[in-house]
Amino acid sequence: MPGIPVRRSERATFAALLGIVALLALVPIARLAQEALAPHGRLDLGVFGSVIESPAVWRAAGNTLTVSIGGAALAIVLGAGFALLVSLTDVRAKKPLVFCFMMPLLIAPQVTALAWINLLGPNSTLLRALGLAPAAGTTHPLYGPGGIALLLGIEQAPVVFLAVRAGLRSLPRDLVEAAQASGAGPWRIVRTIVLPLSGPSVAAGGMLAFVGSIGNFGIPAFLGIPAGFTVLVTLIYQRLAGFGTSVLSEVATLSLLLALIALGGLALNNWLARRHDVRVTAWSSATPQWPLGRLRALVEGGCWAALFVVLVLPFAALLATALVPAIGVSLTPSTATFANFHFVLFDYAATRRAFVNSASLAASAAVMLVIVSVPLGYSLAGRRASIRQGVAFVAELPYAVPGVVLAIAMILCLLRPLPLLGLSLYSTIWIILVAYLSRFMLLALRPVTNALRQIDPSLDEAARMSGARFARRVATVIMPMVAPSAVAGGMLVFLMAFNELTVSALLWSSGSETVGVVLFSLEQAGDGVSAAAVAVIAVIVTLAMMLLTNALASRAARGVLPWQP
Amino acid sequence: MAAVTLERVEKRFGSIVAIDDVSLAVEEGEFLAVLGPSGCGKSTLLRLIAGFERAERGTIRIGDRVVGGPDVYIAPEDRHVGMVFQSYALWPHMSVAENIAYPLRVQKLAGRNLAQQVDAALEAVGLAGLGQRRPAALSGGQRQRVALARCLAMKAKLVLLDEPLANLDVHLRARMLAEIAAFRTLSKATLVYVTHDQAEALGVADRVAVMADGRLRQVAAPPALYRTPRDGIVSRFVGPGTVARGEVTQTYANGHAKVALFGREWQVRSAPGQREGAVEICIRPEDLAIVGPDGGFEASVARVLYQGGRTVVEAAPACDPATTLSLSLTSGEACAPGAKVHLALVDGWVIPET
Repeated sequence: MPGIPVRRSERATFAALLGIVALLALVPIARLAQEALAPHGRLDLGVFGSVIESPAVWRAAGNTLTVSIGGAALAIVLGAGFALLVSLTDVRAKKPLVFCFMMPLLIAPQVTALAWINLLGPNSTLLRALGLAPAAGTTHPLYGPGGIALLLGIEQAPVVFLAVRAGLRSLPRDLVEAAQASGAGPWRIVRTIVLPLSGPSVAAGGMLAFVGSIGNFGIPAFLGIPAGFTVLVTLIYQRLAGFGTSVLSEVATLSLLLALIALGGLALNNWLARRHDVRVTAWSSATPQWPLGRLRALVEGGCWAALFVVLVLPFAALLATALVPAIGVSLTPSTATFANFHFVLFDYAATRRAFVNSASLAASAAVMLVIVSVPLGYSLAGRRASIRQGVAFVAELPYAVPGVVLAIAMILCLLRPLPLLGLSLYSTIWIILVAYLSRFMLLALRPVTNALRQIDPSLDEAARMSGARFARRVATVIMPMVAPSAVAGGMLVFLMAFNELTVSALLWSSGSETVGVVLFSLEQAGDGVSAAAVAVIAVIVTLAMMLLTNALASRAARGVLPWQP
Repeated sequence: MAAVTLERVEKRFGSIVAIDDVSLAVEEGEFLAVLGPSGCGKSTLLRLIAGFERAERGTIRIGDRVVGGPDVYIAPEDRHVGMVFQSYALWPHMSVAENIAYPLRVQKLAGRNLAQQVDAALEAVGLAGLGQRRPAALSGGQRQRVALARCLAMKAKLVLLDEPLANLDVHLRARMLAEIAAFRTLSKATLVYVTHDQAEALGVADRVAVMADGRLRQVAAPPALYRTPRDGIVSRFVGPGTVARGEVTQTYANGHAKVALFGREWQVRSAPGQREGAVEICIRPEDLAIVGPDGGFEASVARVLYQGGRTVVEAAPACDPATTLSLSLTSGEACAPGAKVHLALVDGWVIPET
């Protein structure tokens, strides 16, 4: 919507909304940078120096790069291949295929890790039933860098897929048609036209996958910590968990390093995206859909088989473990039991509390963010591009940096009682809520700004001409029109917050456990069956939310849901 | 007191001057059309009056209230100005009746009073009984009427119309023009109507303001605009005809002048105080007549366009083949492309500013 002059009272509202964004996003990150570089109010690189001289840090940094590059490489192969297949060929059932392909991104990484642990380890209920389990006492085959990179790659493949598919969709159709007219066959066109032109989007997707892998906590925590394989994220977690807030300056420095690597990657990604500015011209249908002919059934079978291996098998293993009374017991009709589910849902106080905590944290964050994002997005729509981009950048910061970085920043901000109020949020559930509001703000704001961009500005002007002031316009004209998108954004926030582990792993305290935290503690304590039961419930909630959001998405603006842009 | 007054208003978008030193007074109850080619700034002018844009310089008054000026800016929601948008701007999530009721609800109207006023507005635009429909279920013409009804219901004393007929097909336009005229009678509001279609502007407005490149070129009643355009741009933009270069050789006190054109001398109309010398002369189709081979000047017919009850003939004078003159014939006087005819200037207008 164009820049429209506003009343003075609206300026106050806008300033208040900007204040919220700044408090949630800018202040914590700035405080982190200050703690790392100038812990006592003046520039002091002492901590910084000691941190980067530590061999453990270098080892962890090297490990981080190894698994992240490996994960990104696998994600590129899987994601770009699947994008080409779905965009350029006539495989059937594309919607369910894409939906399933996107699932690993939305299922919590710690749940995925647990599922794979249960699938392949010596204690695998599934493999034992088949007589294929590795000998008892051997190390789990997934522990260590290889397993971490494999799961990171599977988790991040959808990110590459989305980037490459968007690139393929903006590929000017006439370039392909010109090649067809020159007599080139499909393979030659893919090799000589499509792939070279998709290069930037493949690179951009790979960069996003790399950044996502750097910040991932669940997978290296479950597969690295037992094997003594440390990455930067788990190093920060272990330092803080082991030594408490006395090492805050040190972990702040580590976090800043991690944030700089991630933001550097994102800057590179933005630069690549800008270079790849092939504008969509008169775009009728999608790219050509080449018939696969007799290969089609084979390719489709291969896709579904791969999804079966990646999705169904691990979660079948998870379910199998959740259904036996103890690790090591074979799953048979006589041993199968729902006792684990009953235990984690009703009997065990910590897990019961965790479900309530995660659900209420996720719901509160979703509702609060939707309520703020509609007026914020609306006031932003009328502003100069520089203000809009500035706010978008600030709102993206807490989402772009790895979760541990945000958690450390929150601890730094909220460790001491709040000024004026004298209240301390540290070691209460409120610090987790504040962190969630900060981290997921972007997920709520982006669908709203997208939807607002698709609304004819005269609809807003007609309300102004009718005499409606800001609050009334938001309530009666803007809100009803952006509601589907705003709600879809809110559900996305719920989904991500409910499954979240990285932030809460550092911020939880007794009584404020989240689902991710109890899953982690149960697995570390060796209670595999209870952990599996918690994970199964988390998967069911995730699936239900995805399907519900899907049903709503038909009414939302285009590009609201990550799995159907 | 004029309903709208603009004094030396200027609006820039970056380095582009969209409105350049425009002064304009619209009388109370007047129907003023703002006419100009696309991009001339006419929509910006309307949005300045409505308050959707803020001027860099100058003063805008609605009635005797300053709504925009140095250090003054009244937001659109506080101006009580009705606007009919090119896209109609009906809220898709409200029924027709709710759309019309919206400004009334803002004014804290409710209950039976509100329903009565909405029904009255619906009836006035011929949509009685369609109040419960969704805007999406209406035709383009019906949506336009809802937009009119909304302005009617809010009892705006000033209504701005931004190319309201641009999205309608040709058959509907004439009907909607009549609707707008009826709306004016009913509401007694002052209307400012922006269009790029000169037939619309000349047909319905009390006065027409012609804009080009952000400047007001002429504000006048339609016949005056047609007969006495102030400059070449207005002359070319309003009505058919030709602008030819000639020379004033003599002026008379009664608003006439003798001009030399196409090798002969003619008597045409001119503004008071017209000087002698090189000028541009506005020649409308009806200013030309075919005469016998002894009179007038020779011209060759270039095109003949049959247009129903009349025929438009385009011809180039033999002495000035680059100029295309057009004249309108009723019928019978058949001539074919390539034919030689003799034309005489029975009237014309010396454009005062060149």
